[in-house]
Amino acid sequence: MNKEIIFNMSTAFRGEYAILGYRFGHGEKAACIIGAMRGNEFQQLYMCSQLIAKLEQLEAKGAIVANKEILIVPSLNYNSMNVGKKFWVADNMDINRSFPGNPEGPATSRIAAAILERVKGYSYGIQFASFYMGGEFIPHIRLTEEGAHNVSMASLFGMPYILAASERAFDATTLAYNWQKQGTSAFSVYTGATERIDEERARQGVAAILRFLTRMGIIRYNCHGGYISSVVEEDDLLSIRADMPGFFRKKVSTNTEVARGQLLAEIVDSFRGDVISRMVAPTDGIIFYQQVQPMVFQNSVAFKMIKRIHE
Amino acid sequence: MIDTVVSVEMLVEEVLRIKKNRLAPDECTGTEKRLCLASGSHGDELSGQYICYQVIRRIKEEFHNLTGIVDVYPAMNPLGLDAQTRDFPLLDVDMNTVFPGDDDGAILEHAASRIIKDMAGADICLDIHSSNSLIREIPQVRLNDDVIESVMPYAKIMNTELVWIHPSTSVRPGSLAYALNTIGVKTMVIEAGVALRIDYDYCEQIVDGIFSLMKQMGIWAGEVKPVRQPMIATDGDVWFVNAESSGLFVPNIKHSMKVKKGEKIGTIVDVITGSVEERIYAPCDGLVFTFREYPVIEEGALIARIFGGDLHE
Ligand SMILES: [Zn+2]
Repeated sequence: MNKEIIFNMSTAFRGEYAILGYRFGHGEKAACIIGAMRGNEFQQLYMCSQLIAKLEQLEAKGAIVANKEILIVPSLNYNSMNVGKKFWVADNMDINRSFPGNPEGPATSRIAAAILERVKGYSYGIQFASFYMGGEFIPHIRLTEEGAHNVSMASLFGMPYILAASERAFDATTLAYNWQKQGTSAFSVYTGATERIDEERARQGVAAILRFLTRMGIIRYNCHGGYISSVVEEDDLLSIRADMPGFFRKKVSTNTEVARGQLLAEIVDSFRGDVISRMVAPTDGIIFYQQVQPMVFQNSVAFKMIKRIHE
Repeated sequence: MIDTVVSVEMLVEEVLRIKKNRLAPDECTGTEKRLCLASGSHGDELSGQYICYQVIRRIKEEFHNLTGIVDVYPAMNPLGLDAQTRDFPLLDVDMNTVFPGDDDGAILEHAASRIIKDMAGADICLDIHSSNSLIREIPQVRLNDDVIESVMPYAKIMNTELVWIHPSTSVRPGSLAYALNTIGVKTMVIEAGVALRIDYDYCEQIVDGIFSLMKQMGIWAGEVKPVRQPMIATDGDVWFVNAESSGLFVPNIKHSMKVKKGEKIGTIVDVITGSVEERIYAPCDGLVFTFREYPVIEEGALIARIFGGDLHE
């Protein structure tokens, strides 16, 4: 393993700040993995740390394939994590809205530019991402619209689902979009949690990366086959919204099959404690996403479902 | 007449209400032109609050001179204004990135959608901003380059020093200005001053600009003051000065001064060693229309923007 500094800068009160990369093997730029991009992405940082530990073991056993290089960048803004902020400390900018970046611009823009330059040329780019809305998902691989043709490659991760994303206004400012555009096959891995550690899902996520690296001939590793991924179009997900504001008392979890009419959650009046609304499944399907806040706004998305196709 | 444009229940008990004040002649024919004044989507920007107050006060004083409709929406993000947060509280989302919104969406998307629906059909909208808390701006109109033809004639009579054609976040997709221009409401963004403060002189200047605009639109019969002829800046005329070190910024000039190429703008000093880390010089002759307000600096921080184009001298 080689440790390198990808970007560094001075700060007014905290000394030098450096973004670190960990390199395994050498030769052809095979795969690059980017971890936490926001200060609340604890699960993403944790997964990177577990992956680095695993790759160190594999490297010691000579299990990194000759002439293949893997780069892992665990965190782009751990300085925010250290002060409990989600975005950049000095100006509250989001690095994952700063791509492709400008080496002469503000710090987040400089970081974006430096990262994009350093990760250029890798065959496969993997990002441990978090959803901007918060909440919990079934673990999945997200493909940008530009990378939609990579479905069969994405299935090699053996994650339960592949989400073919529809375009969002801010896409052009994200890492995944710009990475894909400069020729790397980019995959975003969502394991469902962000601000807390979900051990089981972190293990699954790390296993999925190792499986992919094995199948792509980058490492030698004995892994289980994983799931046969189902492909879901983001536009086909059914959003179920709360019709009242109040406490959110959930009755199901993600990745459960539900039948039409089944109770998904109750909404409880914030003062009087009575159930003011009952959310039921509008169709048969699987819960793909659920919000995790203690209370919900009126009309906020509480669940997203994959509709069951009856055969 | 004060109307509630948006009304959404919050998590516990309270109701979020976004209001507007409609000022219109007593007898309307239905063919009057309509101007919308919008502000407060960023909860830390306060100049727009004072500008809205002054416009309403002056119209009421000479109400007989009002020959069209002026809709004033001072506080589009009332929770942010209340909590002194730039973003929409709780969601930590910049409200000026969610337009045109979604009527069936949650609190913020719904609010954005209702605001757009309410403003639809107006002839002109002015979205009044006051920078952020880090940098101070000279009164300027910002335009995206796709609306130069339709909006420039109005931008020029706003009594600002500058019209800057630049894809700022305040005019990009997601912004109120972009969404309204898309549906045919000619919309300009004003930036002036600095967040968390009110520069009263700048505000009065913009209020005069608003009455000049109303006169031009044919909805104000009263006297208006002559307006400044603005400098027109495209990105080729604007020099960005970013810090290359971190520390405390000590300025040598003042905001909105004219500088010569090579003139010292300021220094960045290291507080604990007592040393000068960087001396910053003007890269061109021109007008410092953006200048650092908040003195703590990190590498890359914006120190100044200088307009190096035609100063009308
Ligand atoms: Zn603003």
